[in-house]
Amino acid sequence: MEWLDPLALARWQFGLTTLYHFLFVPLTLGMSLVVAIFQTVWYRTGDVKWLHLTRFFGKIFLINFAMGVVTGIVQEFQFGMNWSAYSRFVGDVFGAPLAFEGLLAFFLEATFIGLWIFGWDKLPRLAHLASIWMATLGATFSAYFIIAANAFMQNPVGYQMAADGHRAELVDFWAMLTNPVALAAFPHTIFSGWMFAAMIVASISAWHLARGRNVEMMRTTLRFGLWSAIVSFVLVAVAGDQLSLVMVATQPMKMAAAEATFNTVCGQDASFSIFTLGTPDGTSELFSIRVPFLLSILSTHSLDGCVEGINDLNTMYSQQMFPQFADQVDGNFAPVLWVTYWAFRWMIALGGLTALISAVGLWVTRKKATRPVAPWMWRVAIWAAPLPMLASLVGWLFTEMGRQPWIVFGLMLTQDGVSPSVPGWSVLVSLIAFTVTYASLAVVEFGLIKKYAQKGPDPLPDPNAPREPDTVENTPTTVY
Amino acid sequence: MDLAYLWFWIVGFLFIGYFVLDGFDFGVGMSLPFLGKDDIARRQIINTIGPVWDLNETWVIVAGAALFASFPEWYATLFSGFYLPLLLILLALIARGVSFEYRHQRDSLKWKRGFDRMIVIGSAVPAFLWGVAFANIVQGVPLDADHEYVGSLLTLLNPYGILGGLVTLLLFFTHGVYFVALKTDGQVRADARKLARTSGLATIVAAALFLVWTIVQAANNQAPLLMGVVAFSGIAALALIGSWVANLRDREGTAFTLGAITIVTAVAALFFALFPNVMPSTLEAGSGLTIENASSTDYTLTIMSWAALIFLPLVLAYQGWTYWVFRKRVTRARIEKAALVAH
Repeated sequence: MEWLDPLALARWQFGLTTLYHFLFVPLTLGMSLVVAIFQTVWYRTGDVKWLHLTRFFGKIFLINFAMGVVTGIVQEFQFGMNWSAYSRFVGDVFGAPLAFEGLLAFFLEATFIGLWIFGWDKLPRLAHLASIWMATLGATFSAYFIIAANAFMQNPVGYQMAADGHRAELVDFWAMLTNPVALAAFPHTIFSGWMFAAMIVASISAWHLARGRNVEMMRTTLRFGLWSAIVSFVLVAVAGDQLSLVMVATQPMKMAAAEATFNTVCGQDASFSIFTLGTPDGTSELFSIRVPFLLSILSTHSLDGCVEGINDLNTMYSQQMFPQFADQVDGNFAPVLWVTYWAFRWMIALGGLTALISAVGLWVTRKKATRPVAPWMWRVAIWAAPLPMLASLVGWLFTEMGRQPWIVFGLMLTQDGVSPSVPGWSVLVSLIAFTVTYASLAVVEFGLIKKYAQKGPDPLPDPNAPREPDTVENTPTTVY
Repeated sequence: MDLAYLWFWIVGFLFIGYFVLDGFDFGVGMSLPFLGKDDIARRQIINTIGPVWDLNETWVIVAGAALFASFPEWYATLFSGFYLPLLLILLALIARGVSFEYRHQRDSLKWKRGFDRMIVIGSAVPAFLWGVAFANIVQGVPLDADHEYVGSLLTLLNPYGILGGLVTLLLFFTHGVYFVALKTDGQVRADARKLARTSGLATIVAAALFLVWTIVQAANNQAPLLMGVVAFSGIAALALIGSWVANLRDREGTAFTLGAITIVTAVAALFFALFPNVMPSTLEAGSGLTIENASSTDYTLTIMSWAALIFLPLVLAYQGWTYWVFRKRVTRARIEKAALVAH
């Protein structure tokens, strides 16, 4: 039965659980840094405003963090559960970065986040501040190791095939860690996380400012969020540019699929289509808007570069590079084109739109601005929050769908990686279970974030009121 | 010495660490319906593990990743073979973790009761299923010539597997109740001591039966480290009885420490019984997994060994420090004060 195909179900489950996990990861990466920065300012200045902001955004960070933790365990178990053939094949190489991630990053993150949440009245101020920085560091480390593992699937390096060909074996750990794909994808991912967190900060601030609440604190954080979003966008773009150069060199088929280019094109003909109307499989084009040279510039940083087309690559892959796999894929090594084509465009468009909104937002809220911000502008800022998140999601969709039909580029096909011993109905059960669980948790989580975001930070104290002594023991702490 | 053998024990160490630490988290969660007579009491109980449940749970992620990296064949066979139990464990861990973080976020009794139920179920399910899984690993499961599991869920629910599950369920429960007694005050603390007397007896009976069965089975299989199995089972039994006696005499710290020693030595006994296999097959024509045929290359294991050598002591140090920071009891007064501040 087609709908009990373990391969299709396992792929849907991996896509669903991974994208869902990645709703929380970028916000953890960015928001931990935001909270760490706010707390550092409080530590340095002693201004209680920053304490309130730390606790306010800390609360939102933690609600999100819990989801990242619990959905993360699924990710690690899933390789063995649904992709046992893949795990046997790559374990010697792919397992090591995961083990490093656990030992160096997850322990650090999980331990120090506990110290930070419950340590307000138990740790000296500096040690407590250090806890949030350690947790941020742990989250960032973990991103590096998992991206290094992923980079091996995109561009396998540092390995050799076992003598009998049954598995890939690690021969150069350093080469695997410094995979050029990882070196470019890591900053691309980290900065996109910062951008998402920045827009969450800006969006929440705009909601309060639109209602005239907590104006002093929220104006500061609005500007902080918008500036951070712009800076992050520039960094994302620079890293993304580097990543696409590496991609053209290592996975030319992915770039061809991103542009749905069937025949090799050079120079002026290597144009970038902003929009195309055509048959979904790209065989014929009805209408398109094209920027000449742009694809050449993106792919090779030169005006007269060439971009290989899908047909030419298929010929090369089938006849010279991977003839042993050609029959299994009917000679077609290209991913699903409409997914890669549109995901690539949406990623760029959503990221650019975020930066544009941030720039306009900074202009209309600048110090000498004479007119009040129009209500619709506040609404744009509030609703801009999910844009960078969607950009991240379609970006990963592009990266992983663009890798198809390979599970490890050039070494193993996705269809050969699935667990042979797991029946389709088992995968269907788990797919349904995860979908239902994740959907209900999303409702609960969004409700909580909304509740606390709208509640706002604790109001600033009356400057004339008598104050309790400002000691560690008097700092209110968190209790479950 | 072959590094694969070293890694067999490191994987053992990581799983033991997980069962010792998350074991009492499970017990604390399961004790809610018995000890949590009002919301303040329930919050007192949950807050005993509030700062540490996440780091405790991380041990299973590290153990799983270490298993993947050092014994890919073992990881692949185990995780794909025990698909449904692991799915249930995952769903339970999700429910439990979210509940710890979200139950206090809304001031509604209905909301809190819902999350309390999820904490109880989310603690009991993994506490039982980990025991079923490890008992079956030691006993052997049907693996074909390609090391693929060919049994079903019911294959795992054999008498020895179910007994193994009951033992971890009871052991973690009692250990968690010791922890509650050690970390709370007032009524909850008194109730916990009383509860552990009853649950401790049930644990002793089930564990004794299981350990004897394990020894007999290891003897039948001519396990090369049979003496280790016997010795560690013996220590586990003594420590278990000792913890029960200590609890009778209201020595909370001793009871908890001996409970931890019970878990360490009982799980160690299982690894001694397993050695040098990692997943024996019960099929004549099948092919079981051993340390030799399931492991990664020496190169990978060398790198991992250095990482473990450098970072494990560091991890143990900062985690130990964390427990020291939160060494004080969670008093009823403290929760009452926090509840007051929140409104």
